[in-house]
Amino acid sequence: MSESIYAPEYARLVEVRPLTELEKLFTIELPGGRSLGHEPGQFVMVSVPGVGEAPISVTSSPSRSNGTFELCVRRVGDVTNALHRMEPGAYVGIRGPFGHGFPIEQMRGKDLLFAPGGLGLAPLRSLINQVLDERGSFGRVIILYGAKRPSELLFRDELEEWAARDDVEFHVTVDRGDETWEGHIGVITTLFPLVTVDPRNTVAVTCGPPIMYRFVIMEMLGKGIPETQIYLSLERRMKCGVGKCGHCQINDLYCCQDGPVFTYAQIKNVPEAL
Amino acid sequence: MRLRILPKEEVPRMLKALLGAYRVVGPRAKGPKFVFGPIEDPAEIRLDYDITILPPKVALQPPQERVAHISLEGEAPVAEPVIEAEPTVLFGVHTCDVHAIRLLDRAFTADYPDSHYLERRRQTLIVSMECLTPCDEHSFCKDMGTLTADEGYDLHLTDIGDAYTVHIGTEAGEALLERYATTRVATDEDVRRLNEVLSAKWPRFTHRLNFDAAELPAMLATAYDHPIWAELGERCLSCGSCTNVCPTCYCFNMLDTVSLTLREAIRVRRWDSCQLDEFARVAGGENFREARAARQRHRFFRKGKWLRERFDTTGCVGCGRCIRTCLVHINIVDVFNTIHGSA
Repeated sequence: MSESIYAPEYARLVEVRPLTELEKLFTIELPGGRSLGHEPGQFVMVSVPGVGEAPISVTSSPSRSNGTFELCVRRVGDVTNALHRMEPGAYVGIRGPFGHGFPIEQMRGKDLLFAPGGLGLAPLRSLINQVLDERGSFGRVIILYGAKRPSELLFRDELEEWAARDDVEFHVTVDRGDETWEGHIGVITTLFPLVTVDPRNTVAVTCGPPIMYRFVIMEMLGKGIPETQIYLSLERRMKCGVGKCGHCQINDLYCCQDGPVFTYAQIKNVPEAL
Repeated sequence: MRLRILPKEEVPRMLKALLGAYRVVGPRAKGPKFVFGPIEDPAEIRLDYDITILPPKVALQPPQERVAHISLEGEAPVAEPVIEAEPTVLFGVHTCDVHAIRLLDRAFTADYPDSHYLERRRQTLIVSMECLTPCDEHSFCKDMGTLTADEGYDLHLTDIGDAYTVHIGTEAGEALLERYATTRVATDEDVRRLNEVLSAKWPRFTHRLNFDAAELPAMLATAYDHPIWAELGERCLSCGSCTNVCPTCYCFNMLDTVSLTLREAIRVRRWDSCQLDEFARVAGGENFREARAARQRHRFFRKGKWLRERFDTTGCVGCGRCIRTCLVHINIVDVFNTIHGSA
């Protein structure tokens, strides 16, 4: 037995693109251009030798792999700050993909309501782009995106694309505007009155900062969307990614294995979840 | 019945023979207490020990171990798994700890098998021992159903006076016994003495829980908001001693360190504790279990409910180590009895 679930594989950074002051997009190639083989919503454990390891959700869609995958990383802790100092050609440790992602098969034929907040767009983008690449097999696609400030909006080029498509209903808001901002101002929940949905046939998906979930979920429930059709992706500290180290436990659930994607029905009675 | 007799005077000879082929880990004295540690001389082993400070998990999930070596010499780093395992005999394990090892086995096997633990486990033979008297007033093994064990050992010893009866648990245990010990077949008289010893032991152990431990998961299910958690939160110092000494605690941290030459790094796994402030804190600053009360509750729910539900074996084995070690006298028996009494 010489395999180890804790030994990373080293993958090359092929592109590093700043998205905002705090976030960069890393395009990563596994040895031999092998596909990561992830589902939207799964994460990888990313490590920088000598610094440490952190769970990061995959932001690229499996439908757009081209032998690489993408991570959208906010510079916020030791590992992510070290990552931000790295340049194309450098290598990062990768383990995974791990966890349960979004059940895309169960979403086919349904209307989809995405409500990412801030960096929560990163995991949802994987799903959104896969849905857009297979646009015909889904109903309406509604995206409500909120960020604190205009300068914190991620993937601006893609946001513009989504806004321009007539098969996507896209609304974006910022908590505080600036002199350049002519769009909607207000927290993400202020976007919900702009859309009406057929609740039975709608699957809603959200991810964002911890404080956001309760309010967004209230809006979704308020539209009559069943608890079993509301999906959210949660963040926790993780050291192993495979249900052993204990760090990511949410009461009796392991975020890394039982999640990170949960339905609201699954976690509504789990006190530590939201 | 696969029962052999190992005369007590044969034990040192057996240990000496084992030492030639195995790392032997067993109870030895440390000041006035006992620890599981390497036995280098048969005289060091203290089979008369009451309880060890740290459980025998130290031999299966060491406090610190290397899990990978990372070479930084080439263009791309290369990580090689490191599995620190060697043929080991874990000698003199009490049955509470046998039950605890069963839980560790399940935890490290589930979903993604952990080759580090499992390879060490595969190379470890367990020689367990029946307890005939309680360690002290803190153990509650009788409540937790761990006062004896029917499985989980390769060989199981019971002191019947001038000899041990040896239950053979596995073929590997049988082979070990044949190769390294001089034993004889048990006679009817030996069996009679064994039965006598076993039936005499049970009354010596008292129940300390005021209820059946099988009720624990259901009881805790209604006690999430019990005032006792706030009270424990006030007392707890978040030192993590309770989880360190717990035979069913296996949470860990993972650390990478680079050598001074910058040519290599090692990935190390270390025990961690859900009682420490930063255990559930993420880089953005959010701490998902910030209150000590919440961390205390987390520990008791793991021990009494979640581990049992997930792995279908008791999450607390009643060894009492957490009670003995707690600086502020948090007592798991009292906690469970208090909750039960207020239901």
